[in-house]
Amino acid sequence: MIPAGFEYVRADSADAAIAALTEHGDEAKLLAGGMSLIPLMKLRLATPTVLVDVGRLRDLSYIRDGGDHVAIGALTRHRDVETSDLLARACPALAGVAAEVGDNQVRHRGTLGGSVAHGDPASDLPAALLALDADFVARGPNGERTIAAADFFQGFLETALAEDELLTEIRVPKVTGGWNYQKFNRRAQDWAIVGALAVRNGTTRVALVNMGGTPLRATAVEQALASGASVDDAAQLAAEGTDAPADLNGSAEYREHLARVLVRRALEAAGA
Amino acid sequence: MHVSITVNGVEQAHDVEPRTLLVQYLREACGLTGTKVGCDTSSCGACTVLYDGESVKSCTMFAAQADGGAVTTIEGLAPSSDEMHVVQTAFHENHGLQCGFCTAGMVMAATSFLEENPNPTEREVRLGLEGNLCRCTGYHNIVQAVLAAAKTLQEAK
Repeated sequence: MIPAGFEYVRADSADAAIAALTEHGDEAKLLAGGMSLIPLMKLRLATPTVLVDVGRLRDLSYIRDGGDHVAIGALTRHRDVETSDLLARACPALAGVAAEVGDNQVRHRGTLGGSVAHGDPASDLPAALLALDADFVARGPNGERTIAAADFFQGFLETALAEDELLTEIRVPKVTGGWNYQKFNRRAQDWAIVGALAVRNGTTRVALVNMGGTPLRATAVEQALASGASVDDAAQLAAEGTDAPADLNGSAEYREHLARVLVRRALEAAGA
Repeated sequence: MHVSITVNGVEQAHDVEPRTLLVQYLREACGLTGTKVGCDTSSCGACTVLYDGESVKSCTMFAAQADGGAVTTIEGLAPSSDEMHVVQTAFHENHGLQCGFCTAGMVMAATSFLEENPNPTEREVRLGLEGNLCRCTGYHNIVQAVLAAAKTLQEAK
């Protein structure tokens, strides 16, 4: 399958990428690793007329200690997140979830920023960053702004990024408590039919993958745990406030059942 | 647009459309048909090649993205025309294939995996090859081949 034709622009700096986005408006899409965008283009579900390749912006590929957080360049590959010694110490949940994305080949190409900017509710990392209360740094023609993960994912494949903004950095608070990610799928490399991440850091946060139009926090579960409910009782609330999709892999009702079971398993394994 | 890619140690330069996929480039522009197009949706791994030494799915990468880089395909893996690569030999000796369609991708994925994990357990081999589908073998002999290759590479150290 061959994508529709497009004009290819290779950006040699973040500013050049932003200038190209400003010039071409909504005709343009950013290309990082391409692990989400290229399959969509091959199916012609995405037909950008200009592709701005930011894949070579090596200065946006880094993992640095930022004091109370870890700063990760948007073009850092999943493989580098998965194998980072700093993240293994300071935020093992993020490294662990990155190891569950796709397969080796996908993790060699796919980037953390690309996954966030794509905003797929079925992706592992956006939900993980939501549970971890990450911040996202976006740069546009008028400078930088920081967007909290809770405000970032706005709808199906819709984010708070403006057309002329480039995601440059992900800031993840250091969270070193117990964690567990339950990814339920039928083949190892597939997207999660449902996924549930539990992370403990004083309080317990729970995020859900593929249970609505955006990655979601299981707020009812979190509140129940904070009020002293047992893991079993809290997990029963996992589907509250969700809007699970129905597809060939399962009905909404089946996904709601999975959410309750997977949240319970994740909480138990995280030591909640 | 003009792209220049070092393929199996040889500099290749062609004018291509920006939408040219790396696998198309390798098969059609370079004439290297050892790399297969299987599912064409980034699932099956038959198109796996090494890009700058790491496994990638060449059906889900534009040739333009590989411009200036180095690609190794199954044709470029063996050290010489009369000697196979250790991973190829292990697939041969362990009968790690039946129809052979997935084999080039399996061998390339396994080669990259063993670079990253030279002494894997059986479970790690299975996880390491999760991006490559085989519809004939049931994977058993493929996993045995990768474990045998790991052993040979360790002994050679």
